[in-house]
Amino acid sequence: MKILVLLKKVPDTGLTLQVKPDGSDIVRDNITYVINPYDEFAIEEALKIKEKLGDVETVAISVGDEGAKEQIRTALAMGLDRGILVKVDGFWDLDGYTTAMMLKDVIEKEGFDLILTGKMAVDDYNSQVPAYIAEFFNIPQATYIVKLELDGNTAKVERELETGMEEWEVPLPAILTCEKGLNEPRYPSLRGIMQAKKKPIDVVEPSFTPSEAIKKVKLAPPPEKAPGKIIDKEFPENVKELIRLLREEAKVL
Amino acid sequence: MANILVFIETKKDEIREFSLEALNTARKIADASGGKVYALLVGKTDGFDDTLAHYGADVVYKVTDERLSNYLTVPYAKAVKAAMDKAGASVFLLSATSLGKDLAPRVAAKFGVPMVSDLTGLEYKDGKFEIVKPLYAGKVYGTFELSAEPAIISLRPKIFEKGEPDTSRSASSEELTVDLTDDDFRAKVVEVKEKETGEIDVTEADIIVSGGRGVKGPEGFELLRQLIDVLNKAGVGKVALGASRVAVDSGWIDHSHQVGQTGKVVAPKLYMAFGISGAIQHLAGMRTSKVIVAVNKDPEAPIFKVADYGLVEDLFKVVPEMIKELKEIYKVE
Ligand SMILES: Cc1cc2nc3c(=O)[nH]c(=O)nc-3n(C[C@H](O)[C@H](O)[C@H](O)COP(=O)(O)OP(=O)(O)OC[C@H]3O[C@@H](n4cnc5c(N)ncnc54)[C@H](O)[C@@H]3O)c2cc1C
Ligand SMILES: Cc1cc2nc3c(=O)[nH]c(=O)nc-3n(C[C@H](O)[C@H](O)[C@H](O)COP(=O)(O)OP(=O)(O)OC[C@H]3O[C@@H](n4cnc5c(N)ncnc54)[C@H](O)[C@@H]3O)c2cc1C
Repeated sequence: MKILVLLKKVPDTGLTLQVKPDGSDIVRDNITYVINPYDEFAIEEALKIKEKLGDVETVAISVGDEGAKEQIRTALAMGLDRGILVKVDGFWDLDGYTTAMMLKDVIEKEGFDLILTGKMAVDDYNSQVPAYIAEFFNIPQATYIVKLELDGNTAKVERELETGMEEWEVPLPAILTCEKGLNEPRYPSLRGIMQAKKKPIDVVEPSFTPSEAIKKVKLAPPPEKAPGKIIDKEFPENVKELIRLLREEAKVL
Repeated sequence: MANILVFIETKKDEIREFSLEALNTARKIADASGGKVYALLVGKTDGFDDTLAHYGADVVYKVTDERLSNYLTVPYAKAVKAAMDKAGASVFLLSATSLGKDLAPRVAAKFGVPMVSDLTGLEYKDGKFEIVKPLYAGKVYGTFELSAEPAIISLRPKIFEKGEPDTSRSASSEELTVDLTDDDFRAKVVEVKEKETGEIDVTEADIIVSGGRGVKGPEGFELLRQLIDVLNKAGVGKVALGASRVAVDSGWIDHSHQVGQTGKVVAPKLYMAFGISGAIQHLAGMRTSKVIVAVNKDPEAPIFKVADYGLVEDLFKVVPEMIKELKEIYKVE
C-alpha cells in the first residue's frame, strides 16, 4: 500500500504578522514556519496505518520553496519514508488550482492507494487543493474526517461538519482530508530526527505555469475596530450596565 | 452580463440562511450587470420556490433524485456542472459551509479554473470581481482580482446580508436531469447524525457564549449553559456554546464547540468570551463577530483589545448576575 501525504509550509500560527508598506506581501524576515497544523494529523494517520499494516510506503509531498525542505524533514522525522519538494519560490502566491496542478504530475508518477491531507491550510482557509486533486484523478474525496478505519479496500470514515457527524464509506483509491480530533500527532523522537537526515527528499521543478486568473491587488492589516469600553463600575452595577449597553447601544439583546 | 448560479443548501426541510445570503448577493450582482439568478436545489426540492424567488431567484433548477437526499461530493458536483451549462452561467456562488467548501473546488476542477473561498468582501466591476478575504487566520486581509471564467466563489457565512424578502417576486422552476452512473456513487453515506435538537452549532448562532480556561471545568460550562438557557427563553436569537482550545483539550467540552484557528470561524452578532485570554489563534475564529464582550479578571488580557465591551471581573460573579438580570428583564424563569 502506498500513502501520499500533502503538506504545506505556513507561518507559525502564534506570530503577529506585519504587512509590507507597499502591501505586496507580509514582512517575511524573522518569520518561523511550521507544518500546517492539520497536515500533522494527516502525517500521524499515515504513520498509524503503516504501524498497523506493516507493508506501507509513505511519501510527503509539498509545493514550497527551498526552505520547505525543513517541514518535509520534520515529517520524515515523525516517521514518513521519503519526501518530494516541488520547488517554487513565492509559492504562497499560488492559487489552489495551480498548487494542485503542480502536484498532479508528481502524484501521477508516484501512484497511490490513499492520499491524506489537512482539511485546510491555516494561512488562507481555502480547503481547495484536495478537491482539485480528487477531480483530476477521478477519485472520491471525504473531507473533515475525525475517524478512519481501513477495512480491506474501503475507508470507513467519520466526518465532522457544522451540522453534525456523517459516516461515509469510501473505496480506495481516495483522498481524505483530516480534521482535528482524528489523532494526536507525535513529536519527532531523537532517533527519528537522526534517521530523517538520511531519508531522501527529491526536488522537482513544477511542470505547470501558474494561472493568472487571480491577481493580488494588495494586502492590508485587518480593518481597525473602534476601541472598546471597559465598564468601570462596581459589581453588580457593572453587569447591569453591560446588559443595558447590549440592549440600548449595541442593540443585540 | 453575468448569469449566476447559486447552490441552495437545505437542512431539515428548511433552506439554510447562509444560502439566502449568497442568493441576495447574487441578486445584487445580477441587477448591476443585467444577468439572471438561477437557484439550484438538489435531492429534496419541494416547497422552496417562493422563498427562493423572494430572496432573488429568477429561475429555480431542481435535481430531484432519491439517491441525492444526502450530500455526496461527486454527484452533486456533476449536478452543479449540468446546471451551470444549462444556465449559461458565468458565476457560481455559494456559502462556505462545510458542504460549500467540499463542493466548490470540485466544481472548479471540472471547469479547470482557480476559485476563491471564504470571502468577506465581493464587488463586481467591469466584468471582473474584486474580492476580499482574510489570510493568515485574519491577521491580514488580501484584496484580489478574479477574472476566471466561470468565477467560482464561496462566501464566509454571516458576513453578507440576506436582505429583506421581496414577496412580489416570482420565479419559474425547471427539473434538470443529470446523467449519473454507479461510478459517481463510489463514496457512500452510511449514517448522518444531526446535532441533537436544541443544540445549535457555533457557526449558525446569532449569539455565542464562550468559555476558556477561566471557566475551570465542566461545571463552569454548566453555568454558561444556564445563561444560554435564559437567552434562549428570552427569544433574542439562536444561542450556542463556544470554547477555547484549552477548554477543549482539557476535556471539559467537545471539539465541535472550539472557536479559532483550529476550530470554527464564527461571526455572530454577539460573542461573549468568559475566561478567555484572547490568544491570536482564538481571535482568528471570532474577530469578525459584530459585537464582542469580554469578561476576564486580568485587565491586561489581549481579548480586551478586540472587545467592544469589557468587564474586568470574576466570571463566577458575573454569569449568575447576568442570569438574574436577564430573567428580570425578559420575565422568564
Ligand atoms: C495572486 C495570489 C496571491 C496570494 N497571496 C497569498 C498570501 O499572500 N498569503 C496567503 O496565505 N495566501 C495567498 N494566496 C492563496 C494561497 O497561497 C493558495 O490558495 C494556496 O497555495 C493553495 O493552497 P491552500 O492554502 O488553499 O490550501 P488548502 O486547499 O486550504 O489546503 C488543504 C490541504 O491541501 C494540501 N496543500 C495545500 N497547499 C499545499 C502545498 N503548497 N503543497 C502541498 N500540499 C498542499 C495540504 O494538505 C493542506 O492541508 C494567494 C493566492 C493568489 C492567487
Ligand atoms: C497551532 C495552534 C492552534 C490553536 N488553535 C486554537 C483555536 O482554534 N482556538 C483557541 O481558542 N486556541 C487555539 N490555540 C491555543 C491558543 O494559543 C491559546 O493557548 C488558547 O486560546 C488559550 O485558551 P484560554 O484563553 O481559554 O486560556 P488562557 O490563555 O489560559 O486564558 C484564561 C483566561 O481566563 C482568565 N480567568 C481565569 N479565571 C477567571 C475568572 N474566574 N473570571 C474571569 N476570568 C478568569 C485569565 O485571566 C486568562 O486571561 C492554538 C494554538 C496553536 C499553537
